[in-house]
Amino acid sequence: MAKQYETVIGLEVHVELATKTKIFCGCSTEFGGAPNTHTCPVCTGMPGSLPVLNKQVLEYAMAVGLATNCSISRYSKFDRKNYFYPDNPQNYQISQLYLPICRDGYIEIETLSGSKKVRIHEIHMEEDAGKLIHDEWEDCTLVDYNRSGVPLIEIVSEPDMRTAEEVTAYLEKLRLIIQYLGASDCKLQEGSMRADVNLSVREIGAAEFGTRTEMKNLNSFKAITRAIEGERERQIELIEEGKTVTQETRRWDDNKEYSYSMRSKEDAQDYRYFPDPDLVPIMISEEWIEGIRQNQPELRTEKMKRYREEYDIPEYDIDIITGTKKMADLFEETTKICGLPKKVSNWLMVETLRLLKEKDMDADQITFSSRNLAKLIELTEKKVINSSVAKEVFELIFTEDIDPEQYIEEKGLKTVSDEGELRKVVQEIVEGNPQSVEDYRNGKEKAIGFLIGQTMKAMKGKANPEIITSMLKEML
Amino acid sequence: MSELINDEVIEYVGILAKLELSEEEKEQAKKDMNRMLDYIDKLNELDVTGVEPMSHVFPVTNVFREDIITNADSRDRILANAPAQKEGCFKVPRTVE
Ligand SMILES: [Zn+2]
Repeated sequence: MAKQYETVIGLEVHVELATKTKIFCGCSTEFGGAPNTHTCPVCTGMPGSLPVLNKQVLEYAMAVGLATNCSISRYSKFDRKNYFYPDNPQNYQISQLYLPICRDGYIEIETLSGSKKVRIHEIHMEEDAGKLIHDEWEDCTLVDYNRSGVPLIEIVSEPDMRTAEEVTAYLEKLRLIIQYLGASDCKLQEGSMRADVNLSVREIGAAEFGTRTEMKNLNSFKAITRAIEGERERQIELIEEGKTVTQETRRWDDNKEYSYSMRSKEDAQDYRYFPDPDLVPIMISEEWIEGIRQNQPELRTEKMKRYREEYDIPEYDIDIITGTKKMADLFEETTKICGLPKKVSNWLMVETLRLLKEKDMDADQITFSSRNLAKLIELTEKKVINSSVAKEVFELIFTEDIDPEQYIEEKGLKTVSDEGELRKVVQEIVEGNPQSVEDYRNGKEKAIGFLIGQTMKAMKGKANPEIITSMLKEML
Repeated sequence: MSELINDEVIEYVGILAKLELSEEEKEQAKKDMNRMLDYIDKLNELDVTGVEPMSHVFPVTNVFREDIITNADSRDRILANAPAQKEGCFKVPRTVE
């Protein structure tokens, strides 16, 4: 019988924090500036410059630690991780090896096989590196240090996951917690959340772990799933052939669906960590931790509970809406403006989900504003527009965030409420379609649908179908 | 004198520090580093039972800054320190992953 293997997976997740400034200097973290316009002597490693810790970075790290059941270190400090690479102007990265800010946490994940705890080994603070751009023309490398010194936390899990499904559940849960805390937007595609996968295989029942590899360059949930499957296959193949797995870092190529060795043995990493003498230790009091705990924003479980109490919307809607910070925020903001939670929930659950699916988008990528959705709901409620016009307009709100009021005015889409005008049109339709009138009078109820349709067409969709129906019934 | 720093170690440290040393320099570095180790050994003679390891010599903790942007664009001044520049970037020899 073929041997049965088990995959053992641990994750190192880097999250870019949502601070306004970098971790050790007052440079902006804003994305997309021209190269090196967000730099200073500190984040370009100029001799003599001195780093000072951004307090918000520490408080975000503590908040994430508390939300993931970690204990917060009362005494913490920074270390230098030494390596030479041009993305790192100091020739060391400031990180935390010996006394990380958080330790020994866990999060609970749900998969089809039930719920499970994934333990968190530690969370530490560190700085991001610059960006290298290859210059084909001169065959050289150009360096942009705008990202250098952007604050990161690295969340290191224990090797507690066994399947790609568990990994996805873990990442989704982690992302949701951090988004709810407002500590990061956690966008995998844009790199504000990055996951390195440590993976080994062993025969089922074996006591020892196999040799693990570390995979980098995974920027979507799909890539992570494929990489896990690809690497599992590769390692099993090696073992079956009697070869050994080498402990190494591999780069996943999602197009070729294969991972490649990144570093050879010759330049084995020796980071020579030592305490950073420029940054003094951090002492955290019980009161400080308690203060952070008290100020934690509402997390998902609490939000779900509150929705059940405050809004009369189905449990299924609550589950979907609180499933992303973006949806929950939109729901709450729109409801606050228009005061119609049920209507808001409907627009999110039906049309928004439909368009997201159609455009293959995540809820995080929604760009329309609560203001315009609320306006649309109000216009529909006041019967200024009918529901089919509303759907049309919503598509434009979804794609371009248009102002529905202005748009309807410009395009003349307002429902005609002048009864006299409408009655004239209905009269014409009745006169012009004797056969349908006859059918209806002979008991064919369906015939009225045709007449309604013809009236709507004549009105270019700008009429209230209910009023048309009652007028038709009256005339017939 | 300590003999821990042998030819092999000097070679390795040279690689880590990205330094190319001449034979003479290697001999000198070997001597210096062994002397440093002797000095550390001297410290090891002290009884430090119950003494907490120390990473900083100053009795200062919790130096923070608020999350407020204080630096404006000073690219020209920053790039003035670059050995070479191009298109607003530091220009370095080709770096392959
Ligand atoms: Zn800076």
